[in-house]
Amino acid sequence: MIHDKKAHKYGMVIDLDKCTGCGTCAVSCMSENNVPFKEDESDKKDSITWMRVYRLTNNKPFPDTEVAFLPRPCQHCGGKGDHGHSPCVSVCPATATDYGYDTGIVSQIYTRCFGCRYCMAACPYHARYFNWWDPVWPEGMEKYLSPNVSPRMRGVVEKCSFCYHRYQLAREKAYASGSDEIPEADYQTACTTACPAGAIVFGDLNNPSHKVHQIVKPDPHPDPLNPDVVGKSRNPKVFRLLERLGTNPKVYYMSEREWVRKLGDHYLDGEWDKVKNVYGSASHE
Amino acid sequence: MKVDRRSFLGLGIGAVAGIAISPVGAKLTDDFSIWTQNWPWTPVPPDGEVSYDRTVCHLCPGACGISVRKIDGRPVKIEGLDPYPVNNGGVCLHGIAGLQYLYDPSRVKSPMKKVNNRFVPISWDEALTMVADRLGELRNDQKPDTLACITGSDQGSVPGLFKHFMAAFGSPNYLTMPDLESWLVRTAKTLHGDAYTLGFDIDHSDFILSFGAGLIDGWGSPVACIQTMGNRRQRQATLVQIEPRLSNTAASANQWIPINPGTEADLAMGMCAVLLKENLFDPVFAQGFKGGFMRFTAMVQKEYPLDKVAGVTGISAADIQKTAVAFAKAKMPVALPGKGRGEGAQNLKEFAAVHTLNCLSGNVNKQGGTFVKPLPKYLNFPDPVQDAVALKGAAAAPLAGSVQELVTRIDKSGESPVKALLVYNANPCFALNDPSRIRAAFEKIPFKVCVTSFMDETAMVSDVILPVSTFLERMEDVPSKAGLAATVVGLSKPMIKPVFNTRSPGDVVIGMARALGGDMAKNFAWDSYDACLEQVTARIWGPLVRKGHVVLSENLPAGSVETDFEFLAQNPETVKPAGDLEFTLIPIDYFRVPPTVPAPSPFAIKTVSDRILKGTDMFVEINPQSAKNLKDGGFATLTTPAGSVPVRVHFNDGIMPGVIGMVKGLGHTLDNKYVSGKGVNINALISPKIEPDSGMDAAFGIKAGISKA
Ligand code: SF4
Ligand code: SF4
Ligand code: SF4
Repeated sequence: MIHDKKAHKYGMVIDLDKCTGCGTCAVSCMSENNVPFKEDESDKKDSITWMRVYRLTNNKPFPDTEVAFLPRPCQHCGGKGDHGHSPCVSVCPATATDYGYDTGIVSQIYTRCFGCRYCMAACPYHARYFNWWDPVWPEGMEKYLSPNVSPRMRGVVEKCSFCYHRYQLAREKAYASGSDEIPEADYQTACTTACPAGAIVFGDLNNPSHKVHQIVKPDPHPDPLNPDVVGKSRNPKVFRLLERLGTNPKVYYMSEREWVRKLGDHYLDGEWDKVKNVYGSASHE
Repeated sequence: MKVDRRSFLGLGIGAVAGIAISPVGAKLTDDFSIWTQNWPWTPVPPDGEVSYDRTVCHLCPGACGISVRKIDGRPVKIEGLDPYPVNNGGVCLHGIAGLQYLYDPSRVKSPMKKVNNRFVPISWDEALTMVADRLGELRNDQKPDTLACITGSDQGSVPGLFKHFMAAFGSPNYLTMPDLESWLVRTAKTLHGDAYTLGFDIDHSDFILSFGAGLIDGWGSPVACIQTMGNRRQRQATLVQIEPRLSNTAASANQWIPINPGTEADLAMGMCAVLLKENLFDPVFAQGFKGGFMRFTAMVQKEYPLDKVAGVTGISAADIQKTAVAFAKAKMPVALPGKGRGEGAQNLKEFAAVHTLNCLSGNVNKQGGTFVKPLPKYLNFPDPVQDAVALKGAAAAPLAGSVQELVTRIDKSGESPVKALLVYNANPCFALNDPSRIRAAFEKIPFKVCVTSFMDETAMVSDVILPVSTFLERMEDVPSKAGLAATVVGLSKPMIKPVFNTRSPGDVVIGMARALGGDMAKNFAWDSYDACLEQVTARIWGPLVRKGHVVLSENLPAGSVETDFEFLAQNPETVKPAGDLEFTLIPIDYFRVPPTVPAPSPFAIKTVSDRILKGTDMFVEINPQSAKNLKDGGFATLTTPAGSVPVRVHFNDGIMPGVIGMVKGLGHTLDNKYVSGKGVNINALISPKIEPDSGMDAAFGIKAGISKA
């Protein structure tokens, strides 16, 4: 395996207080990655949306109701202890999905996938999608397809790749210029650059000069209470989805609102009060 | 046995697990993937040299700069242009989906004429000759004023050409669809006089009092507004959002104040009363007050006392008082009118009352406030040369002040006073209230020409369709509009050769005039639209071409502004939702669905929530407290005085009890299976109500009933 000189750990922070739920990230993703569409897209169970925006509410009655939006790409899980055994990677019989140790990106190789959908069952974030049909574009529309991302066929699973082709381009550019550093601005995902609210920040979590690192302030040590959890944020406003599972997502979320942060996991009665705002409190006690 | 993917899966889980640990697994899985992946047609997008080209999006009034990524000249992706003075790198989902519009199934691929209720393709020559013959008859009959024209907006050189055409032809019946900008111009005209518009420096304001303006739901220049809202918290600017439903804007505000639908004008008047009573208005700015200030003061004190306003709006007197005082005491307050996107049915009383708050605060033509700025004047069309026929026709009284009024005129007369109609970049048969009435009125017009890119609802009722290139296929000036502090004129350029047999709309107007010959042709002596554009924008053409845009009003508007209170001093009537049913049905401006032109792209439809659309079923929002025997997700019948439709119910705690919300912009019937036949067009449930003072449809909502289906 070719390693970059330095192992990157690409990740994302999404500010849920800035996110407007406009859906631009989702469409930017679709158009960047040749994601198809069908006549009826209202059945969300078979609608392919690498980036999907969920609506959250605090469930309080009028007029105390609040809503927030949560964009959800693939979380690019590092797996237990952040060793690269992401839930989806470890179950794939065809090695069609793989963990990039040099990037932290979980890849999907379509030509290897034979559609057993174990990964879909294993992914706690519903981030993977199965192609039940060969995509069909209205006549002529295939002309806008990008050569950087292969269109997927019936019978395979697909998901967000953190726009891996953009990483490749940035890496080539860096090599060509004789540098082994990829500047932060050179590798940005399509959703990040599109978001009109500036809610998404993307970069190398391992690189202290990158914004993601500065916002997340990832803890280099495993959580003392749950050694499976690594890279927990030391920013009390930042959380990950289902963090206590130990999937170690590289997508972090941020909110001032406690009810929003609380929705990041399923807490039993009384549990939240023990863990909220307590750094290093990802594990059950 | 033929092994396909299905029978492979039929082997069962055990078999798969066995394969996974067996040494032949790697080979077998490889084979399986080959067997299971048989695609009859595999698109292999051709690779090539990458380039970027810049242009301007005109899918909405936003006027964002965009960058188009191309592979060997073939556009593959649209992104925001950075830097660009409107949107600084940002973009919205509709702009990004722009490439889908190029190949949209409902695109009109060549000129068409209607024969026995079916459209048949014809040549451009035939189409233009046909139009010229029919329009020529009107001039021969000395009745040029029986030609009417409806465009989507009246700014920029293409609407300019249509206006020029109407003037040269001899008809005063040029109308535009209501959009936020047109409301702001009307408001400025009412309070400050002709030739002004309003801009809002939301970017620098520290207190934004929004009367339902959907700042992140598509109001004004959508991306610019979203960006402003994105940095609002860092700036510690307060947003108070007043509207009946917890829109996304309300959800992100510091405070959401629910208000009875349609009572915003009363609230603003009540707040004016507070400011006047507590002497919280700006004495310096007050020197520019003229016409009716004293009467206005006396009237609001008398007619809009706190208790009464509280009763009407459903907001407590204490909250009204507190909010009004906080607004007046803020350093840089701004009050924003225009519910939702601010398009469609609104009312002048409300716009004027809200803007009066700005005038009283004194924060006019100051940073972080409201700009009363002259209308952008960068176009210089030559004066039309009018022959005797044209002079007579142009001097006739206009038939109506708005499209809805025109429709009413046609409706009421046995024979249509309009003999021919030109429609450009507008879809009144979908976008205005009571579209079936509009269609019926249009049916009475003997000859209709639709200049459009898509076979939309209005194109379908026309006689001739002149297909125009989309914004990615043509050159055009794109002035920013609606509410921005500065006016930016962008130049859009063709990113790709026209995909179909279409022309730029400017060339279509020139072509019609030439086909008419005589003085009409003389008025349009340009070789092409591009030459015309260069001539009419001469003042800024150089920088426009060099930089791709020009900022027209970089500085604060200069000079003092006079404010005339006459209109409000008469206490015009507030237009109330029609009917006496239990609920009030209000339209929801949902950012992911454009409500007017063009229809949503397949990508945009894909992002529509399944709590809005499920299959072809449309959901309406209702507060569970007022839902009685309805079930969340269940079927119901929604009835208004205008009609009755089946819907499904979505319980939403974020909507006031007694209010039903329905997303606007769905229910298209155009020829595009990805977009059409989905949901209901809310406009079909609302009958227009003309506001006497503005002549505009002010029916924002309507009374409604809902019962279990
Ligand atoms: S583009 Fe940005 S604001 Fe819009 S939904 Fe995505 S993250 Fe939220
Ligand atoms: S989110 Fe799902 S698909 Fe993505 S890495 Fe994690 S388990 Fe795999
Ligand atoms: S906001 Fe309007 S102008 Fe800007 S990208 Fe979106 S559709 Fe285009």
